[in-house]
Amino acid sequence: MPASSPAASRPHRRVNWNNLTYSVGLPLLALGFALAVCAVILLLLGVNPFEAYAAMIAGAFGTISGITQSIAKATPLLLVGLGICIAFRASVINIGAEGQIILGALGATWFSLAFRPILPDALLVIGTLLAGFLAGAFWGFIPGVLKARFGVNEILSTVMLNVVATQILLAMLKGPLMDATGVTAGTFLPQSEELPEAVWLAKIVPQTLLHTGAILAVVLAFVVYIFLWRTTIGYRIRAVGLNPEASRYAGIRVPVYQALALTLAGGLAGLAGVVEVIGVQHRLLEGITSGYGFSGIVAALFGGLHPLGTIPASYLFGSLLVGADKMQRAMQVPSSLVDVLLGLVVLFVVGSQYYARRRAARRATRPTAAAPAAPVEEAVSA
Amino acid sequence: MSELLQPVVLIGILTGTIRFATPYLYASIGEMFAQRSGVVNLGVDGIMLMGAYTGFFIALQMPGDGGLWLGLLAAAIVGLLMGLLMSVISVTLKAEQGISGIGLFIFGLGLSSLLFRVTIGTVKTVEGFKPIPIPGLSQIPVLGEVFFTNSVVVYGAFLIVPIAWFVLERTTWGLKIKSVGQNPAAADSLGVSVNRVRYVCVCLGGALAGIAGASMSLSLVNLFQDNLTAGLGFIAVALVYFGGWRPMGILIGALLFSFINALQLFMQVTKVGISPDLANMLPYIITIVVLMFPINRARQPAALNKPFERGEN
Repeated sequence: MPASSPAASRPHRRVNWNNLTYSVGLPLLALGFALAVCAVILLLLGVNPFEAYAAMIAGAFGTISGITQSIAKATPLLLVGLGICIAFRASVINIGAEGQIILGALGATWFSLAFRPILPDALLVIGTLLAGFLAGAFWGFIPGVLKARFGVNEILSTVMLNVVATQILLAMLKGPLMDATGVTAGTFLPQSEELPEAVWLAKIVPQTLLHTGAILAVVLAFVVYIFLWRTTIGYRIRAVGLNPEASRYAGIRVPVYQALALTLAGGLAGLAGVVEVIGVQHRLLEGITSGYGFSGIVAALFGGLHPLGTIPASYLFGSLLVGADKMQRAMQVPSSLVDVLLGLVVLFVVGSQYYARRRAARRATRPTAAAPAAPVEEAVSA
Repeated sequence: MSELLQPVVLIGILTGTIRFATPYLYASIGEMFAQRSGVVNLGVDGIMLMGAYTGFFIALQMPGDGGLWLGLLAAAIVGLLMGLLMSVISVTLKAEQGISGIGLFIFGLGLSSLLFRVTIGTVKTVEGFKPIPIPGLSQIPVLGEVFFTNSVVVYGAFLIVPIAWFVLERTTWGLKIKSVGQNPAAADSLGVSVNRVRYVCVCLGGALAGIAGASMSLSLVNLFQDNLTAGLGFIAVALVYFGGWRPMGILIGALLFSFINALQLFMQVTKVGISPDLANMLPYIITIVVLMFPINRARQPAALNKPFERGEN
């Protein structure tokens, strides 16, 4: 179970600095290790790691364009990551964000093109966002139902559905959604026509990539936080993840809440697809996901599977992605270095959770801990 | 679709089916061992990419048969090391296997691309393993061409299927693997080291995934590029479920996938029939449908995806 730390429940909720240090410190330590391993790899390849990292930092944080780009990249990461938080909290491993992003992007493209002549601008934007959310949610609903009704492992079904979504995207871009100007010009580029300007998300900072989708994502992070920690449904989702057996005895229909978690995760990933389409690209392209479906998982894990923790984590990884691009241009070090880094961060973060769990278990068995037998209640650290 | 029935085309598709099955078989049989011992290694695709790169890089430096064999060996070693990394994280540190596997995948994807761009840079080709016609058998019309005129890497892939069956069903080791995957507590109480068996199985799976990758870069396409496998490793994981954790079932699944791959390649060339993109979806949808049948779930190792903790249960 991801991040299930059966810590002792406390009678009063208060910030536990010791826990907070742990849940922030371990990921940072993991990042430090990952950076160190990458430095060794760079050294072996004859690249000065300090210069490479300096180029990354300068690229991501040194200029307005770097900072705004980082936030723009962090936006889909955050949206995907929020979905991952919900799914993983319910103990369902959603690997399907890539496909859900695609479906969201497809839904948004279709809606904005189809309803352009009919709807007023404001409704068109809202409808586009909604269409993308629903399409993504549908792509999360399928593995959800398959798991709830037929017991199909969601890791597997989401992986399969990623490929299916990619194929649907290709078929649509080469078929019904292909840009008509590309057909007449004979280029046959697999991309859609430009979306109506009415649905383009406004820029927060003019002349940059930073669009209002970033605000939407942060607002949604708070919504997801309130949903998970302040509503009955959210409480049940977390209960199901922490202890499915106990939840069942408490009368919670475990499969239903796991399916719901997957559906919501799909919807949020779908929104990531929408903001990429209407905020950045303004059309649907091949490779619209840019791997956000995977890096969003990294962001969520790094943020301790907490919606609010995922905000800074997404910004950090958005910056890394931007910084790696700039480093590639400045130093000819391939930007795939950042994938190596992301992969190692995942491995080290999930590996280090072992120590967090052990520590939690030690505390739970200590006589001072009040009620260690109630892991379902406020047991989640931070 | 009448073009499909021409003998030349048919032979082409069947030959393609046999050859394309190679990476699926190596990777899936390896993953089967890991899963029978209770560990899902979702990082197969990343390991395959590293294996494909490693084998290709060595073959490029050392033209000739020696380089090819050394490349294959190095791919297996790199795969084994990545399997070891997966074991440390998932067996010793008991991490959630689905997530650590994704981490391993991203790591392999990034590292193979990084190394490729720094050490090779552009798309080059090598002269891969040559087909070796089997004397006598290769003379049989049609069958000889389809089955018995392949490279040693392809023969090897089909050879490990019965070997895997034998190891699993007829050796003590196989029994240990199955018991560790089915009931680790019981195996532990009988003195089987659960974690050691899992380490061995995941490392073996890693080595075979490395070979699977090298089989692509040294025998099938004879080149390396970014993300060469394009998700093939994930299919290999799914094939283990599809095949009900049995070598024969995996063989059938691998042939189904590779048949559709071969068919799709043909349809791309001749531009007949339905959209190849849609045809491409078919095996994935079939896999999901197969997973829905209860018989399949009943065969799943009971301790799959569950780290072993002594004193639990």
